[in-house]
Amino acid sequence: MTISKPPVEDFATDFDHTDPEWVANPFPIWDDLRERCPVAHTERYGGAWLPTRYADVSAIAHDTEHFTSRTVVIGNGRPGEDAPPAPMGVAPPISSDPPFHAIARRLMQPAFAPKAIGPYEDFTRKLCARLLDPFVGKSQIDISKDYAEHIPTLVIAHMVGFPQEDEERFREFVHTILEAVDKPVEERIEDFQPIMEYFEARINEHIEDPRDDLTSFLLNAEIAGQPLAPEHIFGTMVLLIVAGIDTTWSAIGSSLWHLAQHPEEAQRLRDEPELMPLAIEEFLRAYAPVNMARLVKEDFDYNGCPMKKDDWILLSFPAANRDPEVFEDPDQVIIDRKVNRHAAFGLGIHRCLGSNLARMEMRVAIEEFLARFDSFSLADPDDVEFSQGQVRGVRKAVVNLG
Amino acid sequence: MKVSIDPDKCEGHGRCFSTAPAVFDSDDLGQGIVIGDGTVPADQEELVRLCEQNCPEYAIEITE
Ligand code: HEM
Ligand code: SF4
Repeated sequence: MTISKPPVEDFATDFDHTDPEWVANPFPIWDDLRERCPVAHTERYGGAWLPTRYADVSAIAHDTEHFTSRTVVIGNGRPGEDAPPAPMGVAPPISSDPPFHAIARRLMQPAFAPKAIGPYEDFTRKLCARLLDPFVGKSQIDISKDYAEHIPTLVIAHMVGFPQEDEERFREFVHTILEAVDKPVEERIEDFQPIMEYFEARINEHIEDPRDDLTSFLLNAEIAGQPLAPEHIFGTMVLLIVAGIDTTWSAIGSSLWHLAQHPEEAQRLRDEPELMPLAIEEFLRAYAPVNMARLVKEDFDYNGCPMKKDDWILLSFPAANRDPEVFEDPDQVIIDRKVNRHAAFGLGIHRCLGSNLARMEMRVAIEEFLARFDSFSLADPDDVEFSQGQVRGVRKAVVNLG
Repeated sequence: MKVSIDPDKCEGHGRCFSTAPAVFDSDDLGQGIVIGDGTVPADQEELVRLCEQNCPEYAIEITE
């Protein structure tokens, strides 16, 4: 059961990132707020603030003194000192603040550095081929359900050494943790139970039978000569499964959704493949999927905004990426845009650890799609569905092939 | 032209080493590093300027 809420009247004073208007098309809302506010407020969720200018998003992302990452997913109610933490509150390094953050992050960095990601390209390319080949000669494909949702799910399952057959469950976990934020807190805690059991079982299998994968890598990792605490391992494992799935799924889906509406750009990428890296950065900028949350540590006046302890901040990297102060023609998608200091992977110490992996998956997924289908267009532009919550992306979009 | 990366600002976004791999590389942690002593070959200057304009952490410094 979700808590039913009145529709938003004015996003400046009552914003809600789960409102249908925001889910359908948030860009005009952010443009309006950027001119009027530029930091919007809401009493919903126990009180939250929404910066919409790049400068404010950057300042808050870099300010770990006044803002904590203890909880990065907005839920109902304020997570006070003794309130049960939201599920993501225990997932280092994303939920960690300095100085522990640097230790938890450093541990993982070698596994996600470009040189470590390279070897997974082959797996990813074969996976994309396996997903697409059955559609060659067919008339339609759903770019989200038939393609994008499977790619990051199966790649991360391979990397952590979890069974490929469990992919449906991983998407359910993502839904429970990131999307079902409207539910009452007690219900959310109940929903988290099967997730804990699943991870415990997989971790135990790896303790008994170590393998060459990220789970065993974490089990062998040490901080100051000591193995990681079980909660640390568990939290990071959940983070690895959850952080990379709907984010990359959204990024691949939005890129193909864009190309399905602009066949001339799809053709240009076939003819000039050297443009692909620029195009990917532009898709990341224009359709940045991820909004993260922070909590205000203590009462604090931010540029005239009277922030209270435990108020939420919805840190909208997607809104920052559309700021005309930083980007020329921000609402135009220019696939060979050269100057593009976008913030899709965040800013500051929490910069997406998976960014090298995500970029590789996007590139391979788009390349393999373009290579198989000479032309594709949206079957029904009005029959496209987007996700609700802090991660935004296409969840249904059928395209006609050929 | 000379280029350097401020390691205190760099967060490993990778915009530099993917744009100008002849000038930048990544270390084992995925952080950006400059290859050699930072002297930029003439044919790389434009790319390096672009890296400087695209680094989300303003970590790249160019001296002429
Ligand atoms: C296009 C796809 C992706 C986007 C747009 C994205 C976006 C982000 C953003 C904005 C953050 C910053 C969070 C914050 O400031 O609180 C982040 C952090 C993180 N992401 Fe991603 N992500 C993507 C894919 C992935 C993948 C594939 C993985 C791999 C498992 C991953 C793992 C992580 C981790 C571990 C963190 C936490 C880093 C830290 O706190 O130090 N992400 N991501
Ligand atoms: S683009 Fe900037 S932050 Fe990213 S690796 Fe290069 S110097 Fe570091």
